[in-house]
Amino acid sequence: MSDSIIHSDEKILEEAEQYLAAQKRRQNITLVIRYTILTVVGLIMLYPLFWLIGASFMTNEEIFGGVGFMPANPVMDGYIEGWQTSTPYTFGRFFWNTFLIIAPKTICTVISCTVVAYGFARFDFPGKKILFAAVIGTLLLPNVVTRIPQYMLFNELGWLDSYLPLWVPSAFAGDAFFVFLLLQFLRSIPRDMEEAARVDGANSFQTLIYVVVPMLVPAMISVGLFQFMWSMDDFLGPLIYISSVEKFPVSLALKLSIDTAESFEWNRILAMSVLTLLPSLVVFFLSQKYFVEGISAGGVKG
Amino acid sequence: MSGDSRLLGFWYVLPYLIGLLVFTAIPFLGSLYLSFTDYRLMHDIDFVGLQNYIDILTSDRTFTRSFNVTMLFVALTVPLKLAFALFIASILNSKLKGIGLFRTAYYVPSILGGSIAVAVLWRYMFADVGMINMLLTGLGFNAINWFGNPGTALFTITILRLWQFGSAMVIFLAALQSIDKSLYEAAAIDGAKPWRAFFAVTLPLLTPVIFFNLIMQMVQAFQEFNGPYVITGGGPLKSTYLLPLYIYEMAFKKFDMGYASAIAWVLFAVIMVLTLIAFWSSKYWVYYAGDKRS
Repeated sequence: MSDSIIHSDEKILEEAEQYLAAQKRRQNITLVIRYTILTVVGLIMLYPLFWLIGASFMTNEEIFGGVGFMPANPVMDGYIEGWQTSTPYTFGRFFWNTFLIIAPKTICTVISCTVVAYGFARFDFPGKKILFAAVIGTLLLPNVVTRIPQYMLFNELGWLDSYLPLWVPSAFAGDAFFVFLLLQFLRSIPRDMEEAARVDGANSFQTLIYVVVPMLVPAMISVGLFQFMWSMDDFLGPLIYISSVEKFPVSLALKLSIDTAESFEWNRILAMSVLTLLPSLVVFFLSQKYFVEGISAGGVKG
Repeated sequence: MSGDSRLLGFWYVLPYLIGLLVFTAIPFLGSLYLSFTDYRLMHDIDFVGLQNYIDILTSDRTFTRSFNVTMLFVALTVPLKLAFALFIASILNSKLKGIGLFRTAYYVPSILGGSIAVAVLWRYMFADVGMINMLLTGLGFNAINWFGNPGTALFTITILRLWQFGSAMVIFLAALQSIDKSLYEAAAIDGAKPWRAFFAVTLPLLTPVIFFNLIMQMVQAFQEFNGPYVITGGGPLKSTYLLPLYIYEMAFKKFDMGYASAIAWVLFAVIMVLTLIAFWSSKYWVYYAGDKRS
């Protein structure tokens, strides 16, 4: 009797071991499958970028000669000739213009959105609910429906072919998404410090500058980075408002280059494409954690 | 801080209020008004009632073509992108070594994808003598005339937007990682296989994020402009002539602001109706934890 119990116990143990071993094997197989899929998809995803970078160091003959991305004899022709462009200006000019558009826009966005988010997060005032509903509503509002009257407004103001239409809306917290993002961060920050500052006699603005802003810096950096990236990518805005080539940002200059005779010089255009992508790439790799935090906090378009 | 503190907060949000009125609310109503007019820049505004809408819906064949192409593009791009993002996110959602590396690799295209430089890259990759065709012929397939063929031209833009699945994926991944692991243990004890657990546990808990991603991606896809403008130029045979491109040319090439506004409002109405349908239907398929409904 006791013998058979011991015997069946051993049997159970054996079966359990077999079961665990099988499970382990299954897990290993799934792991291999997972890594294989991730690697293959990752390589397919990144291949166009590798090719872009490689081809920018090739001669045109080599670009048309094969699908490989490693240039046999790297040459800088694309960069040197592409930089000159077919316009009277170099690409340096277009980069400078891009900077002139983006820097004020980013700074205005960070400041105005912080102030507005502070107002929403820390105060009650008449009409707050309606205004907050507007923040959420404009998140979903397609720009296509406001663009034409905006253009007419800027036309009336005599702002066409200047950077003002690109700057000014950002000074009025024009991107509701960023207000929303900062609001989410502000809600997670305890108010104790602010109340202490108020007890010590600081007014609400001093509290904002000396207490809230230092705690909000990571979120403000996220906002600045997103605005930087999106403004680098913005094409339709400059396309509508900027008409003289001397004021073109890189996005318009690149479009111009594929419309001209230069379009046969693939290496030039690919080289300038690499340069156009470079600022966003560098900023992204230097500041990854802010992005991941920002996306997780607000949920992001893109 | 008592009496006037009621208004204090108002001063902080005042910039937003001004911006909202000047750059959003008034233009919003302005374009609605314009859509009932015949207005060319620098000319007088003539009120024409519903004429623009009647023209659009009855006699404008470019609109019909553009509308169909837009619907096709959205119907193709959004579900594929969400499915792909969710698929990769669920593979990434385990204790894998190097998960950060993969996440970064997949997110980089989302950072760059909106750039004109990438649209230019796409134009060259899919060109007749481009990298994709060389790859196809190298593998023994026939080269495809991507931009010469109405069927394939739109597809190149869809592929570009699929390539940017990273931000939707990161949102899915964050949601997946927040799911309570004990739910899977409970499912395993009940004998559920991994696939069953995915459909019975993961998917229902993800529905709020799926809903969010669906709305965001849909609103975005309806406004696709850079892809057709740079990669295909709207052709061939207007097969990639998406509505935003039509609106742009009507408004900023022909300066027919009234008619362009009417098209913009039709597009807006389509987006609104589909968003409202999504919100309305959400009560049947979106599961919120803590909700009493089963």
